Amino acid sequence: MALSGIQIYKMLPQTNCKECGFPTCLAFAMKLAAKQVELSGCPYVSAESKAQLAESSAPPIRLITLKGVGTEFKVGNEVCLYRHEKTFYNKSGLFIRIKSSQADISAAVAKADAYKVAYVGIDFSVDGFAIEADDPAKFVDAVKAVRTSTKRPLVLISNDPVLLSAGLAVLAGETSLLVGADASNWEAFADLAKATKSALAVSANTLEELADLTDKIKSKGVEDLVLVPGGNTMGESLAKATQIRRLALKNFRALGFPILTFPCNAGSPQRESLLATQSVTKYAGFIILDKFNPELLYSLLVLRENIYTDPQKPIQVTPGLYEINNPKPDSPVLVTTNFSITYFSVANEVEGSGLPARLLVVDADGMSVLTAWAAGKFDAERIAKAVKSFEVESKISTKRIVIPGHVAVLSGELEEELPGWDIRVGPREAVDLPGFMKKAL
Amino acid sequence: MPVEIPKDKWTGKVRTVTIGAKAAEGGTRTSTITVGGDTSMPFLHFETPTPNTPVIAIEIKSRKPEDWSALLEQAWGDAMNNPAAWASAAEAAGANLIVLWLSLEDSADDAVKAVKSVLAATGLPLVVFGPGQVDKDNELLVPISDAGKGEKLLLGICEDKNYRTIAATAMANGHLIVARTAMDVNLAKQLNILISDMGLPLDRVIMDPTTGALGYGMEYGYSVMERLRLAALQGDAMTQLPMMVTPGFETWKTKESKVGVGVPEAWGDWKERAIHWETLTATALLESGASIVVLRHPESVNRVRTAITELMTA
Repeated sequence: MALSGIQIYKMLPQTNCKECGFPTCLAFAMKLAAKQVELSGCPYVSAESKAQLAESSAPPIRLITLKGVGTEFKVGNEVCLYRHEKTFYNKSGLFIRIKSSQADISAAVAKADAYKVAYVGIDFSVDGFAIEADDPAKFVDAVKAVRTSTKRPLVLISNDPVLLSAGLAVLAGETSLLVGADASNWEAFADLAKATKSALAVSANTLEELADLTDKIKSKGVEDLVLVPGGNTMGESLAKATQIRRLALKNFRALGFPILTFPCNAGSPQRESLLATQSVTKYAGFIILDKFNPELLYSLLVLRENIYTDPQKPIQVTPGLYEINNPKPDSPVLVTTNFSITYFSVANEVEGSGLPARLLVVDADGMSVLTAWAAGKFDAERIAKAVKSFEVESKISTKRIVIPGHVAVLSGELEEELPGWDIRVGPREAVDLPGFMKKAL
Repeated sequence: MPVEIPKDKWTGKVRTVTIGAKAAEGGTRTSTITVGGDTSMPFLHFETPTPNTPVIAIEIKSRKPEDWSALLEQAWGDAMNNPAAWASAAEAAGANLIVLWLSLEDSADDAVKAVKSVLAATGLPLVVFGPGQVDKDNELLVPISDAGKGEKLLLGICEDKNYRTIAATAMANGHLIVARTAMDVNLAKQLNILISDMGLPLDRVIMDPTTGALGYGMEYGYSVMERLRLAALQGDAMTQLPMMVTPGFETWKTKESKVGVGVPEAWGDWKERAIHWETLTATALLESGASIVVLRHPESVNRVRTAITELMTA
């Protein structure tokens, strides 16, 4: 639980020495409570208070960092239950499972590792690989084979800590996640995680057992933990994930860790897609997928991007002149704003219609047409500026431009800004664009 | 270690709404659909039970659509030429209710005929949507409402500029309406207030807060739905309506679903991708509060059914 300024004040020396830069200890305490200063600003705070304050200011869900060869994956540090309350910060990791028994591991990993897909101008890829020791005799070779084909962080899965230790020997200098600890073997796993500075995932059937385990393992000095709550159905998994997130946000430290899920064990690719969907929307930090499957991966990467987009800062599209369906010089020029949802509604309708066009995306501070117009961020001047800076005239044969119906009022001013241009007023809604283009252009 | 599970205690409740009427209630349906009644966030059975299972509607058209993906044409085949045959195929594919979407080319007579043929072909409850132009919607939906009196049809789509005529005819004939607003909590509330002011009881209204497809604004709809459900649970009467969304309509417009050529290789197999697009969107929206999802592809229906069944299992 976050402490109030007064509670923090009681733990400070209360000498008003001013060395922290504030006139009184109380003033400093207030700044601390508001997270505007660091505790290290006080030279005289006792070790005991320091520990107590560090504990209270730690994030409710621990940040876990995995390291591959010059690569890193971070997850945790979440602060809310619903994305509209703030935002979801660190995207769930999508890890591809490799079984030690499978043939041609290097080739399979190389293919998935090279995977790259673009969405709203951002390139996405997988976050790492999870190596499962289904054939223990082949595990170490499998780790070696995976490591020859990817530099990404790894997850190692086996219930035998000795075997995992042998696998880790191949991965010197990295931080991997070990999966396989439960109530029966946790001590050996805790020792291994501590010795190798690995992160450790623990599984149990109930939240009570899970909290017991993390508590015991923490007392051994291992802090980087991950929870595997399981669940036989989506309903059960949803309940557990929700309960863990809620408890963590109430600073129940024993469950303040990221969650790992296994859609790879869903039994069918169809069900895997459902479990993975729920994992992305409902709080999983690590998602282990069965083999490399581009159509599912692309869908999940886009879902993850959507869910983890900051609701306060919508994705913007880079302003510019976008070509759709291979336009010719006489194809129409349609104007819209750089708010992503506006851009995609328009682009999608035009794309779907099969009609060639150029889309002039004007910098409207990432706002939709009406909002931007009302805020003075989408006016004739800005449109004219975009026409000039993106050299629209040099790419077309007819000086004609279509503005959204919602800003029909701008057409007069735009005629003044762009003399000699034919200014047309299009429909208000993107969905009516194909019809408008067929009839009016 | 003892763990006390935190449970939210809400005072509000989503209204319970029933679509369709059997013979005993003055209709001809062989099954009806009841949704809503929720007293917690979606599928959190450890707090309060989910009283009614969310349902899947399949969208059909009064005329064969010209612009649907070839994948959908493969799935439905010749049934697409005839709304009655299409409705039967949709029932066989596992729909809980049918959404019949009328076309701009339909005359009032055509539309009434299409509705009657669908009512004859299936015993499922029926949703009828106008083509989406104010005058045309009113021209088609009023005679349908009259002809279907007693069936407890769900008529739509009512928007802020076009709700009066549809709400009035629904009121006169005992039907229900869908109230759609554009991904905004306050707009949704406002339209529900306007409809309520006309005198239509809100237990005959389903709200559609609108969704985008995966990758095309789905997250806006997702969060608006979570906020509407939270507001309903907090006791805001004008948000306490079950929600219906149309992921099928939205996702099958996207390039990811619609076409298989001229797209990046990284997008993978076309058919599987298209099904994922519809299934992932629908599943995420069920988890954010949808009671009715309207789908297009039968395989998506199978998968979303699996999700609903599992989510209803504690």
